Amino acid sequence: MITYIIRRLFAAVVLLFIISAATFSIFYLVPRLVGSTPETLATRYVGRAATPETVHLIAEKLGFYDPIWLQYGRWVKGIFFGADYDLGATVEHCPAPCFGYSFITKTPVWPDLVDRIPVTLSLAIGAAILWLIFGLSIGTLSALRRGSFLDRAAMTFSLAGVSLPIFFTGMIGLLVFSYKLGWTAPGGSYTDFTESPSAWAYALLLPWIVLALQFSAQYARLTRAGMLETMGEDYIRTARAKGLPERDVTVKHGLRAALTPILTIFGLDFGLLLGGAVLTEQVFSLPGLGKYAVDAITNNDLPKVLGVTMMAAFFVVIANLIVDLLYAVVDPRVRLG
Amino acid sequence: MPDGQAFLEVKDLKIHFPTDDGLVRSADGLSFKLERGRTLGIVGESGSGKSVTSLGIMGIYNKRNSQISGEIWLDGDEIVSAGQETVRKLRGNKLAMIFQDPLSAMHPYYTVGHQIIEAYQVHHNVSKKVARKHAIDMLGRVGIPQPDRRVDDYPHQFSGGMRQRAMIAMALVNDPQLLIADEPTTALDVTVQAQIMDLMHDLQAEFNSALIVITHDLGVVAELADDVLVMYGGKCIEYGSASTIFERPEHPYTWGLLGSMPRMDRPTQDRLVPIPGSPPSLINLPQGCAFSPRCAYEPQTGGLGTTVPPELVRAGGSNHLVRCHLPTEERQRIWAEEVKPKLEAQ
Repeated sequence: MITYIIRRLFAAVVLLFIISAATFSIFYLVPRLVGSTPETLATRYVGRAATPETVHLIAEKLGFYDPIWLQYGRWVKGIFFGADYDLGATVEHCPAPCFGYSFITKTPVWPDLVDRIPVTLSLAIGAAILWLIFGLSIGTLSALRRGSFLDRAAMTFSLAGVSLPIFFTGMIGLLVFSYKLGWTAPGGSYTDFTESPSAWAYALLLPWIVLALQFSAQYARLTRAGMLETMGEDYIRTARAKGLPERDVTVKHGLRAALTPILTIFGLDFGLLLGGAVLTEQVFSLPGLGKYAVDAITNNDLPKVLGVTMMAAFFVVIANLIVDLLYAVVDPRVRLG
Repeated sequence: MPDGQAFLEVKDLKIHFPTDDGLVRSADGLSFKLERGRTLGIVGESGSGKSVTSLGIMGIYNKRNSQISGEIWLDGDEIVSAGQETVRKLRGNKLAMIFQDPLSAMHPYYTVGHQIIEAYQVHHNVSKKVARKHAIDMLGRVGIPQPDRRVDDYPHQFSGGMRQRAMIAMALVNDPQLLIADEPTTALDVTVQAQIMDLMHDLQAEFNSALIVITHDLGVVAELADDVLVMYGGKCIEYGSASTIFERPEHPYTWGLLGSMPRMDRPTQDRLVPIPGSPPSLINLPQGCAFSPRCAYEPQTGGLGTTVPPELVRAGGSNHLVRCHLPTEERQRIWAEEVKPKLEAQ
């Protein structure tokens, strides 16, 4: 078990390095491929008014003339030891962990990310609880009453849920529940949990529901398919032959086995969400990682985009790692196999 | 027991499944009796309705997609008309079942001990500790070495034979009075098969339970059964004591089964003789006798075989029933003069 954990941890670290190298290469090479030069990159940071000499100087000081691997090395070094950015007039210090420095807002990226993680985390956890409760129970009931009216209604509803994009359901939700009925908070009213838990929940209620709607639909279908399969297994017949109440047969034996593959998908989905629920945060103006990424992209703020991408990758890798470890707990055959 | 009723009495049991293609008659009017301490072997090919019958007796069927009728009396209580909750409380308690493939029949995510403890605790209001002690005791009784350690192993950590032993322990943990074993040895290799059969025989004697062994393996029947019921197309086509069925069988299908059975007690053996054709679909049974398309003696029925379904009637011996149009003397003659010598010559 210990070697299994160590092996997985090691793989996760290696994976993160590969991802960082790939992401870095993309963000620093692609602009050059489409015609950007170190000078035009530097122009973006010092402004168009600067003289060519100044631009050249800044580009040199920021290391834009250096080969890609050197720039990458410097960036990685910054994560562990911090970095200094010489902007000519001032030298900006970016303390470790330095995930880049935005020359547009003149701020290090890391503190921004740290500020936004709680928002995205709140959104993701709340929605995940909702969609697991609804998705699993609807899916299970559907499977048990296969072909019934309830099953058909649930599956039609979930097809709609899967198909309707969040920017549609979110907008409709805002229009009806926030602006017409006034039951939920309007967009952009996020309050920190530590400030006021009730305001926090009030602001997030609609985003949770809208996000959970889409995932519940998907999870209901997954659970239904999984349950239909496991409820036909021999060990379910054995459980019945023991005289277990049908409820225990379904939950302890059926659902328990059906949950394993769902756990994998949940890990991926949850990890992805932590990297930024882009659409939901955008629709509801939640200041999370997703909105941060959208804003950074619109402003062409490459260091921010790179930082938030790394953050997202980090969450996905960590979520996968946790799923792998959980798998060993959930399925005893993994432990020795 | 009221009015001389047997411990287990099945009367005209029908289990039908309506499907889009038609009505599947998996069990179609089965009747038999079984006393405690006795063993009934139910024999038949795949798809003859053996397993459905056993699940029907256990009360494991989905009321939404099956129709069940008839009577099953267990120790004076009727099960078919009883409520689901009543039958559930009997299940695993008074009547228990052993399944064919112990690897797929045990839950892969729970330890063997957990699964036995669970079976015990459903029917006994005891602490986990007490149930665990009972489970360990039971594992020891079915011959699992170091039961106090193996109790925490998962099914995949057991060998095939050990798993079947654990399965038996799970079925016997509540001292059932009726035990149904559905192909208990099919998934096991030959030496283990013999061990498991010995074990079941010993345990049956110890618990004085009634045992139903469902199998397509006549060897298992010869080993364990007191009485034999031969099933074909959802119906009983021959019933009698084991010695009758093996020594004076009267149904051509039973002759075929015997002819297709490997005999280790015979010195010379050329080839096994298969029964021609394949088992009938339970939806469209052949007109008349279900076995007629595969029966070599069908021409001797004078056309009855393909037109009129035969009744289950008394055969030559006492307590011997057969469902065949051939006259009794004719059947006895064919067996004695044609079939038996051939089988012995094999």
